[in-house]
Amino acid sequence: MEVSWLWGLFGGLIIGTAASILLLGNGRIMGASGILGGLLDGTAGRGWIEAVVFVAALIATPALLHYLGTGTVRTNATASPVLLIAGGLAVGLGTRLANGCTSGHGVCGISRLSVRGIVATLFYIGAGVATVACLRLLAGGL
Amino acid sequence: MRLLIAIIAGGLFGIGLHLSGMTDTNRVQGFLDIFGAWDPTLAFVMGGAIFPMAIAWRLTIGRTPVAGSQFPPRPNPAITRRLVIGSVLFGIGWGLVGLCPGPAMASLGYGGVPGVVFFVAMLVGMASAPRVSLMLDTRAASA
Repeated sequence: MEVSWLWGLFGGLIIGTAASILLLGNGRIMGASGILGGLLDGTAGRGWIEAVVFVAALIATPALLHYLGTGTVRTNATASPVLLIAGGLAVGLGTRLANGCTSGHGVCGISRLSVRGIVATLFYIGAGVATVACLRLLAGGL
Repeated sequence: MRLLIAIIAGGLFGIGLHLSGMTDTNRVQGFLDIFGAWDPTLAFVMGGAIFPMAIAWRLTIGRTPVAGSQFPPRPNPAITRRLVIGSVLFGIGWGLVGLCPGPAMASLGYGGVPGVVFFVAMLVGMASAPRVSLMLDTRAASA
């Protein structure tokens, strides 16, 4: 696990390459919440088929890697339905209100020095840090 | 062509999220746990992703997309209530479970029941955003 940061850097470069391909190819910002949310509320418009194949590929490749046994990682998500539902609702609502998440604001926004992207990232990381600290205090660990 | 590009980008995004470890909620919560055993991996993922993307943004200057008409315009730089409230809500949910939208989709195929429960709740949250947004606007207008 000592080399986790190397895998992180490598995976990050692939994520950035994917975002670059979508930007330079289709002129689109690779925001996970924007693409999924656009499909839900119809704002994807005529680009909905592109959004569907993007989401399908995003779900399919990690599953393939996982079941083929390469770089297998469990997700380790909590089994608590209360946490899962509260977390999911907050992530879904929050990313649509803020118009972006870690990929949209964090990767695509910061890389073009967007003030909104930088401010959003500071707020969600700050809120995440505070939340994990509270969880730790309440439950004595995760 | 546009579909092919979308498939390649989506597929690579999934591979990158998987290999970087971002589909592992322990790793994400470990990054947010700065008062505990801090795990810096996410910072390397972000740095690694921002680097090619910064080059890509420079390449957009004076050009048009390979399979499109124009690049996205610069957003209005205004820091709105929606941006701040939304980002804080997102951060709370992200901290609670350790999943954000990209990894939630990337791990959907093997994340088991917890991953599905989170994903469905996330969709409900997304779908309710227009209504909540309207409430925020009316409250701001009446204040």
